[in-house]
Amino acid sequence: MNDFALIGPILAAMFAAATPLLFAALGELVVEKSGVLNLGVEGMMLVGAVCGFAVTIQTGSAVTGFLVAALAGAATASLFAVLTLFLLANQVATGLALTLFGVGLSALIGQGFVGIPLEGLPKLYIPGLTDLPVVGQALFGQDIMVYLAVAAVPLVHLFLYRTRAGLVLRAVGENHTAAHALGYKVLRIRFLAVLFGGAMAGLGGAFLSMDYTPMWAENMTSGRGWIALALVVFATWKPVRAMLGAWLFGGVTILQLHVQGLGIDVPSQLLSMLPYLATVLVLVLISRDVARIRLNAPACLGKLFHPDA
Amino acid sequence: MSFIRLEPRGQASKTMVYVTPLLAVALTLLSGFILFLALGFDPVKALHAFFIAPLTSVRGLGELVVKATPLVLCAVGLAIGFRANVWNIGAEGQLTLGAITGGGLALAFYGEGGWWLLPLMVIGGAVGGAVWAAVPAFLRLRFNASEILTSLMLNYVALLLLNYLVHGPYRDPDGFAFPESRLFEADAVLPILWSGTRVHLGALFALLAVAGGWLLIARTFIGFQIKVIGLTPAAAGYAGFDQKRIVWLALLLSGALAGIAGMGEVAGPIGQVTAGISPGYGYTAIIVAFLGRLHPVGILLAALLMALSFIGGEAAQIAMGLPKAITGVFQGMLLFFLLASDVLIRYRVRFGTRRAVA
Repeated sequence: MNDFALIGPILAAMFAAATPLLFAALGELVVEKSGVLNLGVEGMMLVGAVCGFAVTIQTGSAVTGFLVAALAGAATASLFAVLTLFLLANQVATGLALTLFGVGLSALIGQGFVGIPLEGLPKLYIPGLTDLPVVGQALFGQDIMVYLAVAAVPLVHLFLYRTRAGLVLRAVGENHTAAHALGYKVLRIRFLAVLFGGAMAGLGGAFLSMDYTPMWAENMTSGRGWIALALVVFATWKPVRAMLGAWLFGGVTILQLHVQGLGIDVPSQLLSMLPYLATVLVLVLISRDVARIRLNAPACLGKLFHPDA
Repeated sequence: MSFIRLEPRGQASKTMVYVTPLLAVALTLLSGFILFLALGFDPVKALHAFFIAPLTSVRGLGELVVKATPLVLCAVGLAIGFRANVWNIGAEGQLTLGAITGGGLALAFYGEGGWWLLPLMVIGGAVGGAVWAAVPAFLRLRFNASEILTSLMLNYVALLLLNYLVHGPYRDPDGFAFPESRLFEADAVLPILWSGTRVHLGALFALLAVAGGWLLIARTFIGFQIKVIGLTPAAAGYAGFDQKRIVWLALLLSGALAGIAGMGEVAGPIGQVTAGISPGYGYTAIIVAFLGRLHPVGILLAALLMALSFIGGEAAQIAMGLPKAITGVFQGMLLFFLLASDVLIRYRVRFGTRRAVA
């Protein structure tokens, strides 16, 4: 029963593969809830990935690496924030610019680090629990970042729906003119949200380069930033659904790797298309319900705001 | 009350429309100077190697045209879409599909070609690109799915498809398992226009696209509709313009042009189908479209500049050992600076605290 024995490792790998998507999607979810559409997730992930990796190599400390990755992601995001919030640049165009810039910048920073292996993070081991069949490794044998990403889901949910700050952030995203009239600092709130999104994308990228792969390669996120953007729509802007979506995509990614191991003869390139095709499919399934999207999408998503105008 | 304020202009500044791209280029060069200094290179020498040296030889000028050709073809189409709020960012995939279909025809008729093969390949490339772009168009109109995400996802799918083909069906039977096709025969290769360089017939297609794009936008009713939809979608709705038709048109047209660009690469400078047919032309074309102010003539100039950043990057790598990745940094920076300085078109920068508004 070889196939059955595979299920445990597949489940475990699924949660790991979902982690970078979950970090990035949660960050972008908060950004979009504040009414800003940042298409630069891919670029911020790459910058986070390369900075985290480089710092970990230099200092030997993964904690420092992740912290720097989050800072680097936030710093890249701040470029986007300044342009769209204060210089009133088009959000779609600026997000694209951020991705193009991030791809180039990360390649430049990372050129001395290509091909250097890193150890990755230690995995949790609880005698008994981790050894459980099928689910043991998946639930009790991951590393800290996987758990952190999952822990971030209820935290983001509580922040958005159970705190005053979260309420204000959502108000800004729904109607920035009204929020402004009530005296809330629309631009400041959006700026902070964009920084948070950048930090989360940076962590997601760093998880890839420091833990999942773990090494640096140019363009190593290979579209995960864009998949995370699609996940936010798929989740209809709800954190828990974003987590389910990330697991789904983690599953598709891992399945694709294991299908060949099962002796099914499909060219690897065609299998590698699966996550991208799945993204298109879920987008179509969720977007076709126009009323549902309209009900859940922040009403001011992507709209510019100028306090003096 | 902030010290620096933006004051809306009554009317968009016509001057600034032309000034801001130049300002963005100047700021990029300045940042490049600082970047080179930080990386420990002589900035004057590096900028010279990057932006001047490639232009001092006939070969360099030829390469400039070769690299600008796909950029123009992609960007003219993208710009028409961007004007109508159709965000096709899948030019890279559409270009790849054009290479797959156009190049596939060259391989299918290997050894049996004739004068008709090249025209057939052009049509094949255009159809391939247009079909690839039709998917996001259909998904947006039928299922309300964002064309930004779907067109981008299809870029990855197209690249994987190309990769599969050159490892499988397209692979040269006598090629020792290298992932590349046979070299095309002479009747499947675009003729050289400028001897001593690699400038091929595709450059003429690019010029035709510029002229055609200008005619469409400036002189036709469809062009008028595109502009209205882009500026005020509500007005277009009241006027009864068929917005669906414009989405179809924008995506099919840009897909077809990108497809021709891809076909032009495999039938031009490359001469075969390989796994690496584009250094990211489809993405750079987005920058070209914006830098060229979404205007075909502006795009032509912007494409030449971006082409220079590609060959400059290669030249500087060979001459001074500069990292090639700098090209991407330059391109990204340029778009950032452009978007930032575009604020000057609609706003004045005012210093000092607020005056009383009469």
